[in-house]
Amino acid sequence: MSAQELLALADDELVLGWRNSEWTGIAPFLEEDVAFSSIAQTEIGHARAWYELAARLIEREGVDADTLAFDREPGEYRCAPFVEMRLVPDWAATIARHWLYETADRIRIETLKGSEERAVAALAEKIDREEAYHRMHAQMWAERLGEEPRFVAAVEELWPYAAALLPPEQRSTLATTMSREIPGNGPLLGKERGQHSDDFAPLWEEMTMVRRSVPGAAW
Amino acid sequence: MIFEVFRQEREGQPFQHGGSLEAPDLRFAEAYAREFYSRRDESFALWIVPRDAVEEVREPYVADVFDRDYRRVDGYSIKVKLKEARERAGASGAS
Amino acid sequence: MTENEFEAYVQEGGAVETGDRMPDEYRKALVKFIEMHGNSELMGVLPEREWILRAPTLQRKLALTAKVQDEVGHSQLIYRVVEDLGKPREACLDDLVAGKTKFHNVFHYPTKTWGDVAVIAWLVDAAAIISQKALLKCSYAPYARIMKKICWEESFHILHGRDCILALMTGTDEQRELVQEAVNRWWGPLMQFHGNPIPADDDPMYRWRIKSQGNEDARQQFLDGYVPQIWELGLTVPDPKLRKRDDGVWEYTEPDWEELKYVVTGHGPKTEERLGFRRWSREETAWVRSTVLADAA
Repeated sequence: MSAQELLALADDELVLGWRNSEWTGIAPFLEEDVAFSSIAQTEIGHARAWYELAARLIEREGVDADTLAFDREPGEYRCAPFVEMRLVPDWAATIARHWLYETADRIRIETLKGSEERAVAALAEKIDREEAYHRMHAQMWAERLGEEPRFVAAVEELWPYAAALLPPEQRSTLATTMSREIPGNGPLLGKERGQHSDDFAPLWEEMTMVRRSVPGAAW
Repeated sequence: MIFEVFRQEREGQPFQHGGSLEAPDLRFAEAYAREFYSRRDESFALWIVPRDAVEEVREPYVADVFDRDYRRVDGYSIKVKLKEARERAGASGAS
Repeated sequence: MTENEFEAYVQEGGAVETGDRMPDEYRKALVKFIEMHGNSELMGVLPEREWILRAPTLQRKLALTAKVQDEVGHSQLIYRVVEDLGKPREACLDDLVAGKTKFHNVFHYPTKTWGDVAVIAWLVDAAAIISQKALLKCSYAPYARIMKKICWEESFHILHGRDCILALMTGTDEQRELVQEAVNRWWGPLMQFHGNPIPADDDPMYRWRIKSQGNEDARQQFLDGYVPQIWELGLTVPDPKLRKRDDGVWEYTEPDWEELKYVVTGHGPKTEERLGFRRWSREETAWVRSTVLADAA
C-alpha cells in the first residue's frame, strides 16, 4: 500500500472521529453521550494507528503521526466528503452516517485483512475487533429509529456518499449488502475522494489552529 | 426505563451494585452498562437488571422478639463442661 | 425519628438510604446541593469541548475527549441520585436552562487559549477534587457511593492536567506565556470557588453531614497543595499578599464575594451564551428522547 492510500484511511477516521466528537456534551441523552464519545475516541485511535504506519513507510526525519494528522495543507488531506459533513445537531443524519459508514468500512477492512503486507493485515485485524462494538451500536440505533421519517430520509440522502467512500471495485458488495443500486455518475459527482466539500476548510482551520499558533512546538 | 448494574470487580468475586442508568431497552442498557462500568476495563462481568425486577427488603431479620441464641456461636458455652469431661477422663486413667 | 434524633443519627455517622424517612428540609437541601453539582459537571463540559476539536496532538485530543466524557458520565450519576430523591432529570435540565438553578462559578468564564485548557485540568479540577473527596463522607449514602467512582475517575484528569502544563512550561516562551496568562485570569475565580467562609454551626449542611469540610478549610488545602506547584515552575500568582505564615495558614487578598454572587446568579461572562447553547442542543434533540425514551418528559 502506498502512503497516500494509508493516509486516506487515516484521514477518514480522523475526520469522522473529529465530527463525532462534536457530539460530546450535547448528545440526545447522557448515557448515549458517553457511549458515542467512546466511538469517537476509538476512531481517532484507529486514525493514529494508520498514521503511524504511514509515517514508517514515509521514513522521513520529523514525520510522525501528529505531523501527518495536523501539519498538512488542506489540499493534502485524502478524506472523503462523506466524513467531512457537519451534521450536528441532526441526530438522524448522524446515526445514518454512523450506520452507513460502519457498513461500508466493514467491506474495506475485510479486504485489508487479506493484504499481502503483514503490517496492514495485522492492523486491519486489530481494528476489525474494535469495530465490532461500533457495528453493534449502529445496528441498535438503526433498528430503534427504523421507520422514523427523519432517519429514512437521511439514509436516502447519504447513501451515495457512503458508496463514494469505497473504491469502485468494492461498491457492488456494498450495494448488495444494502439491497440498493450503485449510484450512477450523477449522484456520485462531488462526493468522491479527491476533492473536499465546503465543510472541510473550516474544519481544518479549527483542527489546526492551536498547532499552527506555535509551529514546531511540542504540546 | 431504569436499569440497575451490578459488577464483578475480579473473577470469582461477588457481584456488587455499581449504579443505575436510563435506557430504552435491555439492548441499549447493555451498551451503556459497558461504557459506564467497564470502559476502563474495571469490571470482570456485569449483571444488568430492570429496576422493577429488584425487590428491596429493608429489615430482613425474620424474628426479633424472642432470643434465638441456639442459632449462634455465642449461644453455646462449653468451657466448664469440657474442663469437667477432661478431669473425669484423667481420673479414670484412660489413655 | 424527630429532627433532633435524625441530626444526632447522621452526626454519629448514620447513613441515609433513598427509601428512608428523612426530614423534608434535609431532602430539600440534599436535592439543591446535589442538583447544583450535576449542573456544574454538565456545564463544565462546554468550556472544554471546543478544545477537543482544537487539540494540537492526537494524544491530547484523546485525553481531553476522555476527560470530558468522564464529566458527562459524572453528571449522569449525579442526576440519577437526584431523580431517585424525587426530581426527574428532565425537570433538572429544564430548570438549569431556564436559569432557575445554579452551577459553579468557574464554568461561567471563557476559555481563551490552550493555556486555559491546561490550567483548568491542573488547578480548577484540583479545587473541585478537594470538595469531592470531602463528599465521600456524606450522610446520604447513594451520593457518597457515586462520589467514590467520581473521585477514582478524576485521578486521571489530574495527571493529564499536570502533563499538559509541563509540556507547555518546558516548551517555547510563547507556550509558557500561555500558562502564565491563563493563571492570571483564573486566579480570581479559583479563590472564590470554595465559597466564603461560613461558621459550621450556622450551616445545616454540616449539621446534617451533607458537607463535611468547611469552605475555608478546602481553600487552605488547595493553596497548600498547589501554590508550591505553581511557584516551582517559575509562575507567579497575581496576588501580592499571598504567603504562607509560620503557623501553616495561607494569607491572601480577600476574594471578591460580590463577584462570586453575581456570577453564580447567572451573570457570568459566558452564562447566557452557554445556557443558550444547552437550550438549543436540547431542543434539536428532543425528538430523539420522545421517540426512544418512551417515558421521558
